[in-house]
Amino acid sequence: MTIMISHLFLQQYWWIIVSVLASFLVFLMFVQGGQSLIFTLPRNELQKTMIVNAMGRKWEFTFTTLVTFGGAFFASFPLFYATSFGGAYWVWIAILFSFVIQAVAYEFRSKPNNVLGQRTFDVFLFINGSLGPLLIGTAVATFFTGSNFSLNKMNQVRWDTAWYGLEAVLSFRNLALGFAVLFLSRINGLLYIINSIDDEGLTGRSRKSLLYNAVPFLVFFLFFVISLLLSTGFAAEPATGVVTIEKFKYLHNFLAMPLVLIIFLAGVVGVLYGIGSTIFTKTINGIWFTGTGSILAVLALFLIAGFNGTSFYPSSSDLQSSLTIHNSSSSLFTLKAMMYVSFIIPFVLAYMWFAWKAVSGKRMTEDEMKSGEHIY
Amino acid sequence: MIENVDLALVDWSRAQFALTAIYHWIFVPLTLGLSFILAIMETIYVKTGNEEWRSHMKFWMTLFGINFAIGVATGIILEFEFGTNWSNYSWFVGDIFGAPLAIEGILAFFLESTFIAVMFFGWNKVSKRFHLLSTWLVAIGSNLSALWILVANGWMQNPVGMTFNPETARNEMVSFWAVLFNQAAVDKFLHTLSSSYLLASMFVLSISAWFLLRRRHELMAKRSILVAGVFGLLSAFMTAYTGDESARTVAKVQPVKFAAMEALADGKNNAGLVAFGILKKSEDKIGERTMPEFVFKIEIPGLLSVLTSGNNEAYVAGIKDHINGNPSKGILSVPDKVQRGKFALGVLTDYKRARMIDDKVQIETIKGIFNEKEFQQGYFRYFGYSAVKNPEDVIPNVPVSFYSFHLMVILGFAFIFLFAMALYYLFRGTMEKNRWFLWIALLSLPLPYIASQLGWVLAEMGRQPWIIQDLMHVNQGVSQITTGSVFTTFILFAVLFTVLLISEISIMVRQIKTGPKH
Repeated sequence: MTIMISHLFLQQYWWIIVSVLASFLVFLMFVQGGQSLIFTLPRNELQKTMIVNAMGRKWEFTFTTLVTFGGAFFASFPLFYATSFGGAYWVWIAILFSFVIQAVAYEFRSKPNNVLGQRTFDVFLFINGSLGPLLIGTAVATFFTGSNFSLNKMNQVRWDTAWYGLEAVLSFRNLALGFAVLFLSRINGLLYIINSIDDEGLTGRSRKSLLYNAVPFLVFFLFFVISLLLSTGFAAEPATGVVTIEKFKYLHNFLAMPLVLIIFLAGVVGVLYGIGSTIFTKTINGIWFTGTGSILAVLALFLIAGFNGTSFYPSSSDLQSSLTIHNSSSSLFTLKAMMYVSFIIPFVLAYMWFAWKAVSGKRMTEDEMKSGEHIY
Repeated sequence: MIENVDLALVDWSRAQFALTAIYHWIFVPLTLGLSFILAIMETIYVKTGNEEWRSHMKFWMTLFGINFAIGVATGIILEFEFGTNWSNYSWFVGDIFGAPLAIEGILAFFLESTFIAVMFFGWNKVSKRFHLLSTWLVAIGSNLSALWILVANGWMQNPVGMTFNPETARNEMVSFWAVLFNQAAVDKFLHTLSSSYLLASMFVLSISAWFLLRRRHELMAKRSILVAGVFGLLSAFMTAYTGDESARTVAKVQPVKFAAMEALADGKNNAGLVAFGILKKSEDKIGERTMPEFVFKIEIPGLLSVLTSGNNEAYVAGIKDHINGNPSKGILSVPDKVQRGKFALGVLTDYKRARMIDDKVQIETIKGIFNEKEFQQGYFRYFGYSAVKNPEDVIPNVPVSFYSFHLMVILGFAFIFLFAMALYYLFRGTMEKNRWFLWIALLSLPLPYIASQLGWVLAEMGRQPWIIQDLMHVNQGVSQITTGSVFTTFILFAVLFTVLLISEISIMVRQIKTGPKH
């Protein structure tokens, strides 16, 4: 018996996978959040070294997730890859630039004769930690607010502004999501420090700092979510693919997909509970609640961006060039071949979890930093 | 497809991609090979329980880590540059190219990045055997990472396993296995991997030779030479074998590149293999392009014919045969191919027009044409030729192709002797006495790097003007952004990569001078 798998099913399947990767990426950007704190949070060099090392043992997970997110988007929705990367050139280049300097900074910062000096590599970490989440958040906001591009009949992109993507930062709505992602990364970074470093002074300061980051996060996040629910959105007629502007589109999407709404609300509750419990109690487990909450909330946002007849990459200058999961996807054959490969993802997650636990079983201590065993 | 191509934009986009690829490839081969050398050394440590082997392994692991970081940094740019700078190409091939890339992410990158954390930080946290397994998985993961991107590159040299869909204006995969086991991809994978093992072995051999010259850490140096010598010698043989296979495949699927790398302007029977030669400009022209001729050459008569066809009388087609055509050998001329490419483009344009006016009969008729094997094989396969202005434009740079190929081959054979001599002196116990050999081993360090880069210069510049052989002209693949933007990012990346390279080398040299810590 052969099971018939439709193109539509596979497009939705791959949109979910891309969304899951994106949501894990946002959680894993606790590494970036931690990097953005290295000049303000620690009281001395040793504390800074501990933060850098705590993040340094996880940076590759985040980096690899970003690379796989890009790869999976290319594979499953190549027209998005071609359109966004080839058009919003400067935004993506800025993001990439910040990740290139991160990759070397950990390994090089404390090595003798590194030419640029430790301070420069720490600045690299700070730049990546601040700019990475801010720009990724801003770029993702254009999934809801639209970009200025048009496609010709051969599906080749032409960007309609001379800013090639940088114009996204001129919209406060886009920036609001960017800042929300940045402050969420910092919150997750603080929670991760509290969870993984055994140093009273540092964790005490982290708990205090949590409040100062939670307030701006809430302001930007609520602004973005409320404006999203009240704004017009880009609806795509399922049968014809014709894109139109629809009032309250994203609110409609939440109402049409109650499960997604529940995921979103559960995510928000998780984020807030993790923050609140860490501020008001002595727990070190806030990261698991806020982390899981971040994953769920981002997943829900991606699902309302792509499902229920919505254009996930709308064009505000030429509506009919807008991308949906149907008109931008790979062929049935390719999506199916990739689906078989995706069946190993649970296995990948399992070994990642196992390895993660094996390396970070115990909380990091000052003594460990002095042991000389591969310290960043 | 693109009406007004800005050639400066194409050139700067190519320059940026080449810059990133060249820098990336300085680091990657060492990662690929050294990861196995680490795994072998750690295996010996676990088997023998000898702590010295662990110390040897950890010394090389430190160098591995420094090199790995910068390889990762340059790699992410490459992945995204397909989109940022070659967006039209990305769409045209996304359905084929994307799948290997996604599989690479899921299968290989996570394997590599997860277990590298265990390899570096797990020494006192996990069992010996689990640590050893992690080191092997890092090696396997990094090598698997190379598989998928090389499959994609193989497809660009020899596109197979797909059909063109006029509706979406792109190539769509119809056979995953044809793409995976594409001869060009298999050759590329094996040749790239074996040459990377060779490079890493030379890295270990050269640095060990330096230790012996300085009379420091002699035990580690000799043991490292033993591992690198055996691994390097096997890899050097494998590199020569896979290189020969690759050249045969090029002769079949990219005959103009093959003729260029042999600097064979005129086809001939009983063609000789030029082992070494020096070229100069000649009076001989194809269109506006001047063909070079040999000032001097060492030639083995008939061997090229034997290698390509197994018969020393066989005809080997030259560049002129491929430009002007040679009906007796079944070779179409470039003008013929241009005509066929333009015809295919016309059919596609008709399809788009029919779509616009919703002419259902015409749409179905043209879809039928696209499904015909004769159209796909006889016309659409020359689609890229629709962008060719002058027939001679399809000739890649002959001196670049010739010299990069021949220098690479000469170096390839030299490495076999070098590793064999290293093992000979090691087993005779006369390594330290032959200081001249230690100096040669030390000074040879840049050579495999040069050979490896030359291989890519040949593969990529030899494919020009195609971004996908015969199917897409490089001018058709580029993103429509401003030349100024690409020029600016080129400068930014050039400065950044260069600074990082200087920093990396400086750190590396210092770590080597310091030697093993335990």
